[in-house]
Amino acid sequence: MVTLTHYLALSALLFGIGAVGFLIRRNALIIFMCVELMLNAAGLAFVAASRYRGLLEGQLTVFFVLTVAAAEVAVGLALMVAIFRTKRTTNVDELSGLRG
Amino acid sequence: MELSWWAHLWSVLPEIVLVLAAALMMAVDAWLPEGRKRELGYWAIGGLAAALTVTAVQAAQLAGGIAVPYEAFGGSVRADLAAMLFRVIFLLAGILTVAISMDFRPLRQSGEYYILLLISVLGMGLMGAAVNLVMLYLALETVGIALYLLAGYLRDTPRSAEAGLKYFLFGVFSSTIMLYGLALIYGFTGEIAYARIAQALAGLPAPAVMAALLLILVGFGFKVSAVPFHFWTPDVYEGAPTPVTAFISVASKAAGFAVLIRAMIEAFPTAQANWVAIMAALAFVTMTVGNLLAIPQRNLKRLLAYSSIAQAGYILIGIAAASPLGVAASIFYLGIYTLMNIAAFAVAVIMTNVTGSEEIRDLAGLSRRSPGLALAMLAALLSLGGIPPLVGFFAKLLVFAAAIESGLLWLAIAGVLNAMVAFYYYIMVARAMYVDRSPEEEKPVWISRPARFTLWFTVAGVLLLTVLVYPLYLLAQMAAQAF
Repeated sequence: MVTLTHYLALSALLFGIGAVGFLIRRNALIIFMCVELMLNAAGLAFVAASRYRGLLEGQLTVFFVLTVAAAEVAVGLALMVAIFRTKRTTNVDELSGLRG
Repeated sequence: MELSWWAHLWSVLPEIVLVLAAALMMAVDAWLPEGRKRELGYWAIGGLAAALTVTAVQAAQLAGGIAVPYEAFGGSVRADLAAMLFRVIFLLAGILTVAISMDFRPLRQSGEYYILLLISVLGMGLMGAAVNLVMLYLALETVGIALYLLAGYLRDTPRSAEAGLKYFLFGVFSSTIMLYGLALIYGFTGEIAYARIAQALAGLPAPAVMAALLLILVGFGFKVSAVPFHFWTPDVYEGAPTPVTAFISVASKAAGFAVLIRAMIEAFPTAQANWVAIMAALAFVTMTVGNLLAIPQRNLKRLLAYSSIAQAGYILIGIAAASPLGVAASIFYLGIYTLMNIAAFAVAVIMTNVTGSEEIRDLAGLSRRSPGLALAMLAALLSLGGIPPLVGFFAKLLVFAAAIESGLLWLAIAGVLNAMVAFYYYIMVARAMYVDRSPEEEKPVWISRPARFTLWFTVAGVLLLTVLVYPLYLLAQMAAQAF
């Protein structure tokens, strides 16, 4: 029997993996994929809670979250292409044109 | 009560005007010949001014008691005086930003720049009005996505592209953490509307609420660039096109404060003791770190970045006070801050056009080169520093008074000490303008007409509000009663 706890534990695990990945990986593309993982973890939590309570809002929220994620992908990849054109790399450690 | 379709539309009328203006601009952009693209700026100002007129009428109706506050679209947005006043701030910041963008050399004149700016103002208006979690997230992301593109707008310039990518990565990371906090809140309560969340949270264990609250505050902290969520600020401010920096530093920050104030007061009243402690700590760290790191800066945009972090700290004091006076003081401060910070950035834009760099030492001899420009910068700096009798002083006075009234005497003292530190680096900039000499003193400074308008408007605004402090305070107080 898969219960609410299982879903929430999986969601927390995915969120944790994504957050750790964001902090330790150096390639901008992989970092962005980690954020996507966290985004979907949040979506899973919304759906699980919504299903458990028999409500609709949480499931509707996920549709919006997916739409936002799609827009973020478009913008993020465009920015990464722009960076790659000028710098020939997407490694965030080599992006040091700005002091700090 | 069943709302009429008109009442629904009325609540987001400024946003509707902005959508129409953005759509119209797309057509105009395709139709205008290459040599006349500069005129797009006037179209953008027209769209923003139309939305501002609508907002001003709505605000006057709400302030005059002709209209009553209500929630529309199934409890997504609220039309109240606070939402309208915040819209006035965003739209004014938008108009002034377009005016300093029009002749900013590095920006190629193109429609999408202005359209993105309109879209982000639209999102900010919804941020100020949002009263449920879904609307909050959507509005926040609308603003964010448009601003990531604007920060990286000069895509052939490595610094701008880098600023865009950094802003994007930190932005999506923090908003995703916030989303997880929202998911937790939804899981705990089964509600998405602020008012119902507040009722449902009352019976929940405090640690659970606290965990969700902390996650949500990461997203808000990023928007207002509060320490420790400020890492992106100096880099993005330095790398982004200067008019965009000006816009991010005032409008995006004000929008962050709008959602922060509303969410804390309307959704988390039961956890007030917790968030007051968090806000007080954030306020203290933010202003102290911002001011101390501003001192060694040699680049004008980085200095203004750290200065804007410190200013966010002062505004947080008003929220930490968690009283009607505190909220009114924060709204008052945000309105004033918008004018004086845009004035400072307008000078930075003009100087970048002339010298091609943004170093503070390039301001040397400005008082002889262009006395008016130097005087405008001086007024902005002194007001940012809170020197009496300028209106910036009253803004600080109000937040400190609110802190003392709420028993946060230590925070008010820390704020006063911080203001003294800040005075040092504002004066350093003034010294470069008035004392230092430069071989280029004879060369005139070219100021375009729209930029001249921004300067006159902001400086006259600061001076005029110095006289009209009390009416402005009354307005902020009325807005604070909306919560």
